[in-house]
Amino acid sequence: MNRVAVIGVGVTKFGELWDYSFSDLFVEAGSAAIIDAGIDGKDIGSIYVGNMSGGRFVNQEHIASLIADHAGLNPVPATRIEAACASGGLAVRQGVMAVASGMHDVVVVGGAEKMTDITTEKVTQILVTAADQEWEAFLGMTFPGLYGMIARRHMHEFGTTREQLAEVAVKNHANAKNNPTAQFRFDVSVEKVLNSTMVADPLTLLDCSPITDGAACIILATEEKAGEFCDSPIYITGAGQSTSTIALHDRLQMTVSDATINASKMAYKMAGKTPGDIDVAEVHDCFTIAELIGIEGLDFCDIGSGGRFTEEGCTAIGGEIPVNTSGGLKAKGHPVGATGVAQVVEIAYQLRGEAGKRQVDGAEVGLTHNVGGSGGTAAVHILER
Amino acid sequence: MGAPRFWRNTKSRYNLYGVRCGTCEKNYFPPRKICPSCRRASKLESVKLKASGEVVTYTIIHSAPEGFENQTPYIMAIVKLSEGPMLTTQIVDCEIEDASIGMPVEGVFRKINESGRDGPIYYGMKFRPPRSSN
Repeated sequence: MNRVAVIGVGVTKFGELWDYSFSDLFVEAGSAAIIDAGIDGKDIGSIYVGNMSGGRFVNQEHIASLIADHAGLNPVPATRIEAACASGGLAVRQGVMAVASGMHDVVVVGGAEKMTDITTEKVTQILVTAADQEWEAFLGMTFPGLYGMIARRHMHEFGTTREQLAEVAVKNHANAKNNPTAQFRFDVSVEKVLNSTMVADPLTLLDCSPITDGAACIILATEEKAGEFCDSPIYITGAGQSTSTIALHDRLQMTVSDATINASKMAYKMAGKTPGDIDVAEVHDCFTIAELIGIEGLDFCDIGSGGRFTEEGCTAIGGEIPVNTSGGLKAKGHPVGATGVAQVVEIAYQLRGEAGKRQVDGAEVGLTHNVGGSGGTAAVHILER
Repeated sequence: MGAPRFWRNTKSRYNLYGVRCGTCEKNYFPPRKICPSCRRASKLESVKLKASGEVVTYTIIHSAPEGFENQTPYIMAIVKLSEGPMLTTQIVDCEIEDASIGMPVEGVFRKINESGRDGPIYYGMKFRPPRSSN
């Protein structure tokens, strides 16, 4: 199996980008990554793109062809990957497999979502297509509702407090202040989170990731090709993916993300690393509770102790394991199909030492964790300098 | 949801029909074609489940999807049925501050939603705190 290197990265500004079309987003991120890598169109063997719902957000299917065309990359083969909010993470995995297998020497992995061309009500309805339509959504359930139920059960089983959940948002907003491409570059307090509009009790508006436009792109290459183009390649040494039940009510223990546990075990084993070896991680925090069950499933702390671990500052920059230095989905923004790719971009910045004021000193090993739906899919990657 | 998609599940939606696997003796709701534990050794038979159970967790929806806006705030819960399976349901006839984990509930036939002004009206089961028998 070939070693797989990240030789270039690019990301757009995240936010409500009314002057950007879907196509503008991925062309900007893709061009930035290609220039960063110093490659040429003729070097590219294949394109993989994560996109959750172009068909419903902007009425555009056949995304892969659109991207190859508008990026000026015809006739390169292009493939779209969909797994709800984990679409980007799965696209990264497809790219890794293509290079590792020897099928291609250089591939482009992108993720893009244009979410703000339609109303919030419509977006809410599209996002809940990641849940079981017939036995969850149809009955009046929403996505924040599913995570609200996980949060309530977590509080009941482990004594997690409302304030501990809010601490996730406080930390991630603080990190986003130092990320120039983040959507929310301002501080929030625990009090402000608790007093914001109730969405799905116990979760308030500031427990939820926002609706975001954005795109991210990485260039992957074999070690040999990486040497030709790049002085500071980052290697993807571990890749794991797993599924669990699509409906939350079928999960054996709904406060535990078994897909996260299984995907991370696979990635740790492949990389020959343990949770203690990870210096910096991007963890899927679509809601504050999601970061807690994420860090527990990744084994950064014991099951049930995520609230306390966060409250004690262990996941802050300077803590035991800095989590979501980019601001996370919560504050950097969550253009669903782009998120899994944007996580790799952030870890690449960290491992190259290019993360500016949010840099984790001496970071050598990083991890990304991307979840689809209420936990029906998880993808984990481990990156090393 | 289109009428056929709703109609083909009415037996389960109206009367809580699930399946029971003769091999592992577990009940599943909604019905499945394969028992996820026994797979090719599955022996699934239709079974009518008792509409009683308890709340495992719940949330109160303040920001509702289309068609549910006029019901907010409303309680959504995961209920574990006395015969094993868990399902997602709305809790009705209960003040939102009275909802609790472990609360016993029973099924009740209610309107769920409607498909616009001219489309079908959807019915199904919601759950409520049990009525005392006296």
